[in-house]
Amino acid sequence: MAGYALYVLRRIGQFVLVVFVGVNIAFFVTHATPIDPVTAAIAAATRFSQSDPQAVQMTRDALRELYGLQGGLWQQYVAFWSRVAVADFGPSLSAFPTPVSTLIWRAMPWTFGLLSVATLIAWLLGNLLGGLAGYYRRNLSLKAFGVIASGLQPIPNYVMAFVVLVLFGYVWPILPITGSSQINLPEGWTFAYFKSVFEHAVLPVLSLVLVGTGAWFIGMRALVSNIVTEDYVTFAELGGVNRRRILISYVMRNALLPQVTGLALSLGLIFNGAVITEVVFGYPGLGNLLIRAVYAGDYSLVIGIASMSIIAVAFAALVIDLILPLLDPRVEAS
Amino acid sequence: MFSIVKDLLRYNREFALGAILILLVVAMSAASYVSPYSAGMQYVVPFDTPPSWQYPFGTNSRGQDVFWQLTFAIRNSLLFGLTVAVLSRVVALVVGLTSGYLGGMVDRILMSINDSFIVFPPFPILVLVYFIFKDHMSWALLAVAMASLGWPYDARLIRSVALSLRTREFTTQSLFSGMSTRQILVEEHLPYVLPIVFATTMNNVNWSIGLEVTLSVIGFTNIDTPTIGTTIYWANQHTALVAGVWWWIAFPVGLVIMTFIGLYLLSISMNEYIDPRSRLSRMGGSA
Repeated sequence: MAGYALYVLRRIGQFVLVVFVGVNIAFFVTHATPIDPVTAAIAAATRFSQSDPQAVQMTRDALRELYGLQGGLWQQYVAFWSRVAVADFGPSLSAFPTPVSTLIWRAMPWTFGLLSVATLIAWLLGNLLGGLAGYYRRNLSLKAFGVIASGLQPIPNYVMAFVVLVLFGYVWPILPITGSSQINLPEGWTFAYFKSVFEHAVLPVLSLVLVGTGAWFIGMRALVSNIVTEDYVTFAELGGVNRRRILISYVMRNALLPQVTGLALSLGLIFNGAVITEVVFGYPGLGNLLIRAVYAGDYSLVIGIASMSIIAVAFAALVIDLILPLLDPRVEAS
Repeated sequence: MFSIVKDLLRYNREFALGAILILLVVAMSAASYVSPYSAGMQYVVPFDTPPSWQYPFGTNSRGQDVFWQLTFAIRNSLLFGLTVAVLSRVVALVVGLTSGYLGGMVDRILMSINDSFIVFPPFPILVLVYFIFKDHMSWALLAVAMASLGWPYDARLIRSVALSLRTREFTTQSLFSGMSTRQILVEEHLPYVLPIVFATTMNNVNWSIGLEVTLSVIGFTNIDTPTIGTTIYWANQHTALVAGVWWWIAFPVGLVIMTFIGLYLLSISMNEYIDPRSRLSRMGGSA
């Protein structure tokens, strides 16, 4: 038990470090630029009009305060951290006066839902079929699946989402290709609403799963075909243990652990993919919000989403790592 | 070198297929040097003509020949991918080799940083970079930004190899014969990890081209430089699919998928070649 406590502490330390480095990047990228966001915003606002210099100066001061840009670099740095700590990034400029945090909280569930469902399906499917393919190496349909999965796997999420969109929106239009639910349907615990949400989620999830499954499949197949050659497996086979039991509790269980670690490590990339897929399918999650914020020049919203997504991904990785020792007692020892 | 390539071509179907795909792509980008048009030229051919003998990939709504435009696009995309890969490889090598060889405190600090970088979602950070630099966003800036996010996986891989190299006798011997740390790393350990670096380079090129396509398509790069991503961006801007100009989208997407699969096949076949056990089982025919 003491071992687990130590492990948890170390892992939380890592989490703090990730957030620290990430938020620092967000801060310094925004401050190391030669371009002053306040001047840029004012230039954009006054591009087509004559403005009173005094009004411009007042706007400048107001924006400086809003962006948290008054005072020296150190003061700004401290102020930035105190805002991150309470997840308060000020009001959104494009959806004034809605706070940035409200917008983020509204978008977060959609991203979370899309990401977790797609990741779960891809991970389970890839590991299950990969395990089978590693164990039954002569099976033709599993071999064929392996070829298809590894062919799809290097295709980036954007391209895949786009191809899926064209196929099912243009060539063979059977499913809705944009949004999260039918536009005029009231939100609520009704069957019609859920059906609509489900239908709208199919294509984004499909395009994520198509890309995601391959890597887990290949990893699992390699792990299993290594484990199969171990003595204890041969021993179990000679001892007449049921083959299905060997596969599930002797082989797959041991091969699963690196795959769980892999899941924690690749969350950042999976998040990337989900965000991009959202953009393609007009899904109302963080990705879409981020892109719209950039188009609208919404400084506080962009910084808010960037910081929050780093924290959220790091947190998810932390949770997975904390579950890991429950599956494998060896982890805390190392 | 040549005998390795010959072996690979003979015994490894993935390598052969990957090599063919990549050769096609490279030939396509080399064709940009004999292009009758320059990259920025617009309104030089009739609009929106479907693929024909005269215009093999058709022409687009900006009056460009899609084929010749793509030769520039794929050249820039490949160069971009290679630049990011080389830059991030340098970081990965320095971090991985030092961390693995020195061990102890240095290793722990470097690996904590490494593990923080691994979980970062690169996309929001790159969008942030674009948001700040906007029109000042250049090809080089994007390459540096991506390279600084693309090294940690491979640094870990290289470290794990360096860890085992450290305990080998030749390392002790070089240390006793008075070689400096830098000499040991560069002259003794580097050659051992180079094959792995080559294999991961392909993956990294894939990763960076993919990200570049993604960012360009949303318009978050310098959209005046023709790349695969900006080609799709302009096609979307002109609503090519709705207008029925499918060849403007289909050819770049097909080309980029060819590149991805080609590089991926090269990378896995190299990985297999590095691991002698799987190589033998393949040559022996039975697993």
